Amino acid sequence: MKLIQQIGLYTFIAGMLLFTANVFIGSYRFEEQTIVAQLDATQDKIDTGDTIANGFKAALKELSFLGKKYNGEFDFISDLNQAITLYNKNITTELVTVNGITPSEIEALYSGVQKDGKIIYNEELLTTVLTDPAKKQKLIDGTNWMFEGQREYADLESFKNDLNLKLEEINSSIGKQYHISTEAWNLVNLTKAFNVGGSKTNVELWFFLTFGLIIIGGLAYNLPNIKLLGMAGIKNNGIQQTSISNKGWLAWIVLGYLVGFYLLLYFAPHYLNNNILLVDPVSNSLSGKPAGHWFLYGFIYCVSMTIMAVRMYIKYRHNNYQIFRTTVVWFFQIAFAFLIPELLVRFDKPWYDFKNAWPLDYDFFFAFNIDDLLANGTLGAFMFFWGIILTLIIIPVMAYFFGKRWYCSWVCGCGGLAETVGDPYRQNSSKTLLSWKVERYLVHSVLAFAIVMTLVTLYAYYSGATTIAGIDVYTIQKIYSFLIGSIFSGVIGTGFYPIFGNRTWCRFGCPLAAYMGIVQRFKSKFRITTNGGQCISCGNCSTYCEQGIDVRSYAQKGEDIIRASCVGCGVCSAVCPRGVLKLENSDAPKKVDGNPLIFENNIVKLNKDV
Amino acid sequence: MKEKIVIIGNGIAGVTIARYLRKYSNHEILIISSETPYFFSRTALMYVYMGHMKFEHLQPYENWFWEKNKIDLKQAFVQSIDTNNKSLQLDNGEQVNYTKLILATGSKPNKFGWPGQDLPGVQGLYSKQDLDTLEENTKNGINRAVIIGGGLIGIEMAEMLRARNYPVTFLVRENLFWGNVLPKEESEMIMRHMKDHHIDLRLKTELKEIIAGADGKAKSIITNHGEEIPCQVVGLTAGVSPNIDFVKSSNIDTKRGILVNEYLETNIPDVYALGDCAEFHQHPSGDRRNIEQIWYTGKIMGKTLATTICKTKTAYNPGHWFNSAKFMDIEYQTYGWVFPKPKENEKHFSWMHPTKYLSVRICYDKNTSAFIGINTFGIRMRHQAFDKWLNEKRSVDYIIEHLKDANFDPEFYKQYENEIVAQFNSENDTNITPKKRNWKNLFSA
Ligand SMILES: Cc1cc2nc3c(=O)[nH]c(=O)nc-3n(C[C@H](O)[C@H](O)[C@H](O)COP(=O)(O)OP(=O)(O)OC[C@H]3O[C@@H](n4cnc5c(N)ncnc54)[C@H](O)[C@@H]3O)c2cc1C
Ligand code: SF4
Ligand code: SF4
Repeated sequence: MKLIQQIGLYTFIAGMLLFTANVFIGSYRFEEQTIVAQLDATQDKIDTGDTIANGFKAALKELSFLGKKYNGEFDFISDLNQAITLYNKNITTELVTVNGITPSEIEALYSGVQKDGKIIYNEELLTTVLTDPAKKQKLIDGTNWMFEGQREYADLESFKNDLNLKLEEINSSIGKQYHISTEAWNLVNLTKAFNVGGSKTNVELWFFLTFGLIIIGGLAYNLPNIKLLGMAGIKNNGIQQTSISNKGWLAWIVLGYLVGFYLLLYFAPHYLNNNILLVDPVSNSLSGKPAGHWFLYGFIYCVSMTIMAVRMYIKYRHNNYQIFRTTVVWFFQIAFAFLIPELLVRFDKPWYDFKNAWPLDYDFFFAFNIDDLLANGTLGAFMFFWGIILTLIIIPVMAYFFGKRWYCSWVCGCGGLAETVGDPYRQNSSKTLLSWKVERYLVHSVLAFAIVMTLVTLYAYYSGATTIAGIDVYTIQKIYSFLIGSIFSGVIGTGFYPIFGNRTWCRFGCPLAAYMGIVQRFKSKFRITTNGGQCISCGNCSTYCEQGIDVRSYAQKGEDIIRASCVGCGVCSAVCPRGVLKLENSDAPKKVDGNPLIFENNIVKLNKDV
Repeated sequence: MKEKIVIIGNGIAGVTIARYLRKYSNHEILIISSETPYFFSRTALMYVYMGHMKFEHLQPYENWFWEKNKIDLKQAFVQSIDTNNKSLQLDNGEQVNYTKLILATGSKPNKFGWPGQDLPGVQGLYSKQDLDTLEENTKNGINRAVIIGGGLIGIEMAEMLRARNYPVTFLVRENLFWGNVLPKEESEMIMRHMKDHHIDLRLKTELKEIIAGADGKAKSIITNHGEEIPCQVVGLTAGVSPNIDFVKSSNIDTKRGILVNEYLETNIPDVYALGDCAEFHQHPSGDRRNIEQIWYTGKIMGKTLATTICKTKTAYNPGHWFNSAKFMDIEYQTYGWVFPKPKENEKHFSWMHPTKYLSVRICYDKNTSAFIGINTFGIRMRHQAFDKWLNEKRSVDYIIEHLKDANFDPEFYKQYENEIVAQFNSENDTNITPKKRNWKNLFSA
């Protein structure tokens, strides 16, 4: 058994190493047919009559990259970026001569604007100088704030300054529609397409060498614990003495790895193209489309949750609450966050996760999403409607009956990962009063941020404005996506599992958790009941509370635990050696003033914090 | 008048009274204790060795708590008490005066004069130092440990060593494990469970002597049957007794512990004792032992005495007996009294799961059928329910009927009330149907 476990561990590590190595071993070539296949799918012609592919080929030729073979992705990606930049510049320059404001027109504007030693800029002038109505309209839109009456210019120089800036803006936007996008999804597509070596030569083999070994190794490591851990029961032996679970150097390595992975995933996913290729067959079989980086992420998510759900089953096999909870949260991830959305795509419906609720799903009310849903007939309308009902009615009503646990540790994907992959790290969440304070400020600020951002977004959506009360809608969305959506929930939220514990995001950052927490704290049947005077203040409950709740401080006073942040994972109850804690939804009155059975009630008055 | 109250001992008893004194008054409060700078939960020492927790997790209050609440702490050992001058002599040379003195000095492991009992490698399990010693004694691994004394601390120590996979031999003097508390069937169940954990249990076996090896450390023990068992660690867990040696030279009356009345007052005015070190002349509850070495009684005593000092004179009254423990993977709870053998007027009803380690035993009066107590293994029960039922002097039939109200297992656990009630009916020719859980039963006054 021990041997199987060892082999499992090494197999798992081998799989991880190969997966990591695979990031770096792609080889690439700018091949003509790939360029055509990738860029001319629609056979769109540019105004000048040429195709994007030809333009891009020309740029590659100019840089003498065409046909060049690359053995490392860093060189290739840097050249790819260079080529795209050049092509985009070329096409703009080329089209400016046709559709842009020409130098002679500019000269005409400069001379026409000077009248009697004054600068007079107005629509009339534009009409005389620019014969093309499209061009004229562009300038009106872009520069009407400079018109006479709006603004005074003392001399030609200051007028020129303003005008040139605008002209550059206008000209450089010309041809945008023919630009090759440098957004993540497109770079992923391009890198995948130009990839000619590495795992692409034998996707099945590489799939086995990475995911295959990881899955086999992970299971071979976890399964023998049925025997090795001994009889069913709480087996936390050694957790505080093992480097990986006790913030030792191994934990820091895991942290570094996870953070690195998330940074790539969020900010430069095309570096992972070789690994994205591995899951193309899976993606094709589900959605009928090749995989993007979010599909890779979804797949990894499901695989890791599955392996670690097996671990949970074994570790808590005496505890039906844990068994049921793990099963349900795993199911919701696999079915609702992975299979159903991919199958929707297969039938040309929007990718939609029915359980993901605003404000966790922060871009639900972004214009692109609303438009996408509303463009999809009854189903899309239903999805939009469902999303609103979910947040406004289902979430609070369920939180009233069951506490936020029904979502956070039975349904949610973030919670699902925390409760499976993150379970080995739950003891590392900080229990200090200070972190409780930080938690309350932080999580409620994120909620406020999400609400403001969404209100601004919705107002903009329905009013058509782009700035509201001085806030630029696009900017605020960008800031939120970057800070909260990527850095907080991903890089820190998951990357820092090994050091800050497995609920860092849920505890300090999740706006949905904050929202449900308010319901749970003030109006819910849910509480953790403490069993009279049985608590021996041992501290197991507090230690293993992933939300950093000092459960013991309530239990030893005989008070019920009614805390906004409790996700009802049930582990405090599981680890308690004296049977003191029980998660309950009930109509019974809550005990908050100490339990007469143990003559202990609210503590030292001098000290309001305790 | 503002008192200067000095408490010796920062265990649960000393700390609880300090907290309530602070809550009720602005007296000056000083806790002197030698073992650790801050209060920790002695009950959880095992989990540190097993790696479930670190020592800091055992401290229920963050370190700033004491200063913020104006509870002064001093780490020192009190060598003697001068009750005439109301002053204490500390081992660091300092003298400390008090206006009121509270003794909460806890216990120390029993040693019965076994040859070799002070050798390196031989130890008890009571203090933080004992924990460190065990860590030291096993740091290079051991081939076997022998544990002497079949009580709760003994089985905890066995579990600790088994958690690190060291072979453990467990010597128990009687023919049952913890037979003075547990009925035979339950004791046998626990002993089966020890086998599951590969503990080499030797019943009716006593320690005769401990043999030193060439390095001067314990190398084996010899039993009363003459058998020599090689081992590197010997755990002495044959009970604890009050830790009061330094009190004996003072005017304070002691027997095994510091003698107190129901107000926790000693024979000397302004000197009180509570927690493990106190011994009642006669226990105010009548049905409890005069020395109560358990966690929650230290808390109740602490609050009681603080009330007496700051408010109104209040006698110690711990209410109905209850307790709990965990034997490796089996949780145990008890409410009211269940003795190993029913007394004259008592009858036991016992249900045991045929395969799992689950059991319930209810003790009741066979004449009045009044409920007396319950033991449960592997099933959690609600303290509040039994406390209420004992107060209301409910009959055993009522308990059986409402058993579901008392279930405290986590949600989705399989419940056994139907089986239990069916067995009760068939044994007693009754026809009780278990009532569905009802909150009103529990919480209406
Ligand atoms: C391993 C173990 C497990 C246990 N498990 C349980 C359990 O599960 N349930 C339960 O109910 N009980 C349990 N107990 C018993 C429980 O821990 C004790 O009853 C309780 O800790 C006693 O508290 P106390 O405050 O009276 O004394 P203590 O906790 O012993 O504190 C007394 C303190 O006073 C200090 N002191 C003594 N003399 C002096 C002096 N002269 N000068 C300065 N300082 C001094 C000592 O060093 C000590 O730190 C367990 C005990 C042990 C050892
Ligand atoms: S209090 Fe208990 S149930 Fe709630 S989050 Fe903490 S460990 Fe989980
Ligand atoms: S785990 Fe149980 S006994 Fe230990 S402190 Fe928490 S509630 Fe009390």
